[in-house]
Amino acid sequence: MVWPGVIFMVIFNFIPIYGIITAFKHYTIVDTMSSAPWVGMENFKTIVSDQFFWQSVRNTLAISFLKLAIGFVIPIVLSVMIFELKNMRFKKIVQTISYIPHFFSWIVLGGMLISWLSTNGFFNQILMALGIIDKGTNHLLAGNQYWWIAVLSDLWKEVGWGTILYLAGMSRIDPTLYEAARIDGASKVTQVRTITLPLLGPIISLNLILTVSGLLGSNLDQTLVLMNSQNQDYADVINSFVYRMGLTQGDFSYATAVGLGISVVSVILLIITDRITRKLNDGHSVIV
Amino acid sequence: MKIAIHSKKTRKEGFWFNLVNTIVLTLFSLIIIVPIWNILVSSVSSNAGLASGGLMLWPQGFTLENYTKVFSDSSIPKAFGISVLKTVIGAGTHTLFCAIVAYGLSKSRLIGRRLYTSMGVITMYFGGGMIPTYLLIKSLGLLDTFWVYIIPALFSYYDCVILMNFFREIPDSLEESAKIDGAGEWRIFTSIYLPLTKPALATIVLFNGVGQWNDFMTTKLYITKQYLYPLQMKIYEIIVNSNLSNMTQSGSTDVVFKATTRGVQLATIVITTVPILIIYPLLQKHFIAGMMEGAVKE
Repeated sequence: MVWPGVIFMVIFNFIPIYGIITAFKHYTIVDTMSSAPWVGMENFKTIVSDQFFWQSVRNTLAISFLKLAIGFVIPIVLSVMIFELKNMRFKKIVQTISYIPHFFSWIVLGGMLISWLSTNGFFNQILMALGIIDKGTNHLLAGNQYWWIAVLSDLWKEVGWGTILYLAGMSRIDPTLYEAARIDGASKVTQVRTITLPLLGPIISLNLILTVSGLLGSNLDQTLVLMNSQNQDYADVINSFVYRMGLTQGDFSYATAVGLGISVVSVILLIITDRITRKLNDGHSVIV
Repeated sequence: MKIAIHSKKTRKEGFWFNLVNTIVLTLFSLIIIVPIWNILVSSVSSNAGLASGGLMLWPQGFTLENYTKVFSDSSIPKAFGISVLKTVIGAGTHTLFCAIVAYGLSKSRLIGRRLYTSMGVITMYFGGGMIPTYLLIKSLGLLDTFWVYIIPALFSYYDCVILMNFFREIPDSLEESAKIDGAGEWRIFTSIYLPLTKPALATIVLFNGVGQWNDFMTTKLYITKQYLYPLQMKIYEIIVNSNLSNMTQSGSTDVVFKATTRGVQLATIVITTVPILIIYPLLQKHFIAGMMEGAVKE
């Protein structure tokens, strides 16, 4: 009964991997895979001299690493805080509320952001009510604010969801460990540092690996919704660049070559993260 | 004596810890919920109210006009229909397909099991990318067909692993006694394995259903025909396209126009999101168990 799955993976996963050879060809809309001429590394040479490519690399790195730095730590802190809540009813309410934004699509959230950040939108209303500004501006038109908009809106959407695994992991920790620590006079912070975090190690590692390996390939739907002619210099990421070059302009080979670059770097990042987390988890890999 | 001093100290510390904790988490919940409330309130406000620029925590000039406008556009109910169809068919076929494969892979007697699982792991971390996948979909003749929502989404190794972990917990003795009674593999699968793993199957159906409902990239990449647009693509058109043209126009004359479309946009957003928020409480009971099985065990 595994055959349907194997056939599926060969067609939908492995044929596209084979299709990467497009990157070394000159493939246009009129060609087929076999008729397109080989061009060797030519596509890659064009890429490295393309300033829009480097711009998209810069934006991807900036947005992704800000997302990693902020978006990876906050869910861990938040889950510790939620776990320590004594009032079960309040705990349930906080959890329920925090998961909601995960279920919004990026299109929906993008529409909300366009409304919140517009000239007379909610964000400016708050700033004006607090007396911080006198007159609203459209924040999505300001390119230099875009990285933070992208990072913070992603945080808002996923932070609550990010706590689920940690909370589930914490509920499996033996409560007598905390009991013993308390009798020994360990403060809350010491308990978290010496009991909670080490025992969550494998989950944190797995999350880190999944996040890092997806780092360069993410942000596409967010970008397609939030990018406009005014903020494009800061909003264009590698994937939206690939989308535009390949599907809007029809330069399949060029776009595939860029995509291959992302995949190779992602796999390298995956291997490095795996090595690092192996050390933290007594030599065990959390993947495979 | 020493213990008593310590516990008094920690108890006092515990009080402050709880207080700060509760305040921070209350603020956090407000940061999540108040902006959503603002969207709901704005969607039932009049154009003039939206343009006034005051703090919107309550409807300004309550009206349902935005909603009647959305429903008067006949393409919206059609897009709703496409969304429902792709969600129901997609989530159903995906779950069944994954379960069939997971059943096979969960048997240690399967020949070539290691090969298949390593193929699966590769697909989780490496892919051909956007363009080779597009070229494949194109050569399969799936462009501009409804099936492009269903067929490429049939299988995911991640979901397969989750189901595999559940299947492995079913004792072999059940299968053996069924075999003695003359049941074949398919019979064992449908009458023993599927009924015993209902919670896991429900989790996959619900997760995949939410994914299908929210998915817009498939449409953006592979569909050009309007009649195949789901709601998400419809919103994308309404919001992104109209805003691209609106935002770059400046001048006081289009303020009213902008506000009108914003009300309609927000009403569309609310209509699209409400179905998910209705099934969300059903979902919440199940998804924690499902996620744990998938991520921690394997």
